[in-house]
Amino acid sequence: MTLLKVDDLVVEHRTPGRPVVRAVAGASLSVAAGEVVGLVGESGCGKSTLARTVCGIGRPASGTVSFQGRPVTPLGLRRRDPSLTGIQMVFQDPYASLNPRRRVGDQIADGLRTAADTSTTPADLLDRVGLPREFATRYPHEFSGGQRQRIAIARALAARPSLLIGDEPISALDASAQAQVARLMRDLAVESGAGLLFISHDLSVVRLIADRIAVMYLGKIVETGRTDEVWADPRHPYTRALLGAIPAPDGAGVLPAELPGDVPDPASPPAGCRFHPRCPKVMDVCREREPEFGPVACWLHEPA
Amino acid sequence: MRRRQTAPRTGGLLRRLPEAWRRPLAIAGGVVAIAWILIALAAPVLAPHDPLAQELPRLAPPGPGHWFGTDQLGRDILSRVLYGARVSIPLTLLLVALSVLIGGLLGACAGYFGKWVDETIMRLADLVFAFPTIILAMVVAAALGASLGNAVLAVLVVAWPAYARVTRGLVLGIREREFVVSGRLLGFSAWRSLRVDVLPNVTGPVMVLATLDIGTALLLLSGLSFLGLGAKPPSPEWGAMVASGVEVFDSWWVATFPGLAILTVVLAFNFLGDTLRDALDPRTARAIKERAI
Repeated sequence: MTLLKVDDLVVEHRTPGRPVVRAVAGASLSVAAGEVVGLVGESGCGKSTLARTVCGIGRPASGTVSFQGRPVTPLGLRRRDPSLTGIQMVFQDPYASLNPRRRVGDQIADGLRTAADTSTTPADLLDRVGLPREFATRYPHEFSGGQRQRIAIARALAARPSLLIGDEPISALDASAQAQVARLMRDLAVESGAGLLFISHDLSVVRLIADRIAVMYLGKIVETGRTDEVWADPRHPYTRALLGAIPAPDGAGVLPAELPGDVPDPASPPAGCRFHPRCPKVMDVCREREPEFGPVACWLHEPA
Repeated sequence: MRRRQTAPRTGGLLRRLPEAWRRPLAIAGGVVAIAWILIALAAPVLAPHDPLAQELPRLAPPGPGHWFGTDQLGRDILSRVLYGARVSIPLTLLLVALSVLIGGLLGACAGYFGKWVDETIMRLADLVFAFPTIILAMVVAAALGASLGNAVLAVLVVAWPAYARVTRGLVLGIREREFVVSGRLLGFSAWRSLRVDVLPNVTGPVMVLATLDIGTALLLLSGLSFLGLGAKPPSPEWGAMVASGVEVFDSWWVATFPGLAILTVVLAFNFLGDTLRDALDPRTARAIKERAI
């Protein structure tokens, strides 16, 4: 069953006096219940904007986002539609995602109130994310980044979401905490039957937890597929480059291959395929026409 | 730091204060402010005479019987200054509290809701800012009629925009923070988000402004009384007392002592405000540690 369906989504950032930036330029994506989807891509490719639009923070310029078959309405000054509190998000910066002036137990209790859950206590949720129950009475400044992120996960889970979104939730954590927190998010989401959209630029972590991978480049999803398949046989040249950039801890001392150039300015994307200026296999057609198909948006893999 | 902890020189009480408060100006400000508040509370006990009784020799210079002398109606100036604390200090504190409340709330709404709410509130604030403070306060006080209550209202009219502006800026900086957005995602109404997530995180700087502003507010308030737009005789209000002292310029004590009262209160609260600001500003924190006595 499709939980979240993003169809040809376009999100633009408009600043007066500057060209319009298309952060998300026609991306399509779906997440099923109980499924873990990893969304990967370089910095600035629009991953976070996509995630925020899915939550309703920000308004799409065109395209649709639907959750459980109903369109996601942008969050304005009104209260969020109760049917949408089923989407919860864990943010990137653990130091900004908790209110410094309130006890963490009270903040988790907000989530429980959202779900009208009177049988669970904040301490139970702390327990589930692997923290001592008595932490509920403490303030955020008493915790490390990893602990704060666990608390943020506990608060999001308290609302009993059916879709949990992690917007680079591990990138601000140190290496030892990254895999732990990522696994925790996966386990808790899957356990409760929720879908998880996990955004990261760290492919090695995404590989560990995701059922399916979506690779994003300059506002578009360029390849999607089952994690093991993409990993074993990456087809889009960009996916190949990303996988090739992961250092191999095999002791051979071979440095990972580097993709030349930078992500182009999303305010003026290149004509044709967005990846063609950096693509090692660029062809004539790539410079002229954009590959508007899936699951691999590349002229080398045009569906018959 | 460490050296000081191992070799305490004097007073354990002083050592227990945070560094920012261990400076001469901070301590002086604190002592004077507390003293004035105590005087305001205990004026009936401390005052040697009835502040309104006209039974003493007129315009007697300061001396053993009446330390601050007497005014042209034969009232004891010391008693009037002490009783004056009961008029000015509570009114000033009330005034600042109301400005914080009104200005802070309007500013928070402007910053949080944006759009036309922001435009309306901030243009109104700009309108007030465009006038010289004391002139506008005089106009309002004169329009309402001379009384102490109206003087407070008049100062309130000119004082709230400063709080609105500061609060708006702070709220703008905080409303996009992740924890505020998280609250909204959990289904907080805008109002609850403002109350629970935003306001508690902007109070610190606003409180500093309020403490610094107590001095200014007292000056404005007694200024209005001085100009005859505030307290009415025979009320022992400091500004009004200075005004009556101006009429008898040869008897310097009539105007000087209430003037000194205003001066010390204003200075004390300014020192307190400066201290609070330094204590809350991490950039000055280190410099304070070095200078702490």
